[in-house]
Amino acid sequence: MKLLLDSTRCQGYGLCQEPAPDQIDLDEWGYASVRVTEVPPGGEADAEAAVAACPNSALRLVK
Amino acid sequence: MTGVYSLLPENGTGLLGVPHGTEYLAAGGYAPLADDLLDRIDAARLRGRGGAGFPAAVKLRAVRDATGPRVVVANGEEGEPGSVKDRWLLRHRPHTVLDGLRLAAALTDAERGYVYVSDPAAEQAVRRALGEHGPGLPVDVVRTEHTYVAGEESAVVRRIDGGPALPTAKPPRPFESGVGGAPTLVANVETLARIALLHSRPDAADAYLVTLAGGGGGTALVEAPAGTHLKVLADLCGHGRSEAVLLGGMFGGLYGEGWRDLTLDHDGLRDAGAALGCGALHFLGPEDCPVAVAVEAASYLGAQSARQCGVCVSGTGAMAKALAAAARGEGDADTLPQLRRWSSRLPGRGACALLDAAARVVATLLDRFPDVLDAHRSPGCAACARPAPDDGRRFTVPLP
Repeated sequence: MKLLLDSTRCQGYGLCQEPAPDQIDLDEWGYASVRVTEVPPGGEADAEAAVAACPNSALRLVK
Repeated sequence: MTGVYSLLPENGTGLLGVPHGTEYLAAGGYAPLADDLLDRIDAARLRGRGGAGFPAAVKLRAVRDATGPRVVVANGEEGEPGSVKDRWLLRHRPHTVLDGLRLAAALTDAERGYVYVSDPAAEQAVRRALGEHGPGLPVDVVRTEHTYVAGEESAVVRRIDGGPALPTAKPPRPFESGVGGAPTLVANVETLARIALLHSRPDAADAYLVTLAGGGGGTALVEAPAGTHLKVLADLCGHGRSEAVLLGGMFGGLYGEGWRDLTLDHDGLRDAGAALGCGALHFLGPEDCPVAVAVEAASYLGAQSARQCGVCVSGTGAMAKALAAAARGEGDADTLPQLRRWSSRLPGRGACALLDAAARVVATLLDRFPDVLDAHRSPGCAACARPAPDDGRRFTVPLP
């Protein structure tokens, strides 16, 4: 499973990082980046929570 | 005045030497598709000429192997201000480009084609050529604005679909889902013209169109064989004594010591920590300071940001500001480490490669000109004392 970020949609809310701290970094301006596109084994639930946390639907999971 | 020169041993094996106007038809242009064209493109190891240098045959196969109706686009919107080759080709060799578009359509089973341009003279030339000879499939000419990002492939698709000429996030790439959702080949006009040349001449040269310019000498559009040393290109228009060059438009960054031994070759330049990009080379003149050039490039890129990605707006802005402070001797202990960190962490973060280009300009300045930067710790560089324009005027080359 891949965790993809549409950087045109990321508004820097930063809400995605808390549920998936191992998968998402926030930069000094608050914008998110996905550490490794391929979701690590066991990280699926965290990734799903991160996707759900974004108010602007900037994250998505692709099988 | 920009000159146009061929460095090929036989002018006729290149794009500058192909017959033009209606002579292109008389000389056997638009001939039926040769069965082995894709093999020839493979054998020639033709790489895309828009900037990324992706293998043309791989892209053609990806679209060919997709399902449903397919679309081909001749991309003539060159966003790099230092490049003129694409507009020149469309203005002066439109039939070769259209022939290449027609061949690409045949290779991919595409049903519809587009020519994407911002230059009014190029648009006129293409429309005239379409009137002289129908390329065998419906082709629409789509006019766009002239900006740094308008020629990026997802921006091309978005504009043709009626939206703004701004990039979108990937995936999907256009070969998966492009114009109207159809698998789409977006190919640079020089790439298509080279396909037409390979089709009509088995002895077609392995060559590049390059735009040469800079502070100390003249400007030129040159067709040069692959592997040509940059020294030869520089000497051609009076830049031989230059101490540094900005490569690939802005995409390849700055190069100092050793630039003369670099050669026109995607892989070689990549291995040397540079990039050929769209083949635009800007040589620094004796009065030019690499720091001032980097500040202007970063400011230009910041101004050209599509302002869609927050990280691009913040990242290009922060780098341009910090660089300008360093140039004026106003930086503090954090300025250079911060620039270093941004230049290594920001690439790949935006929807298009504009942020990568800005980061590369910064990274190559830090890596290759540490002494020059060090000398800027105290104010006094005359070139850096002037305010840096953000309109790219230093890099803009007039069309021949």
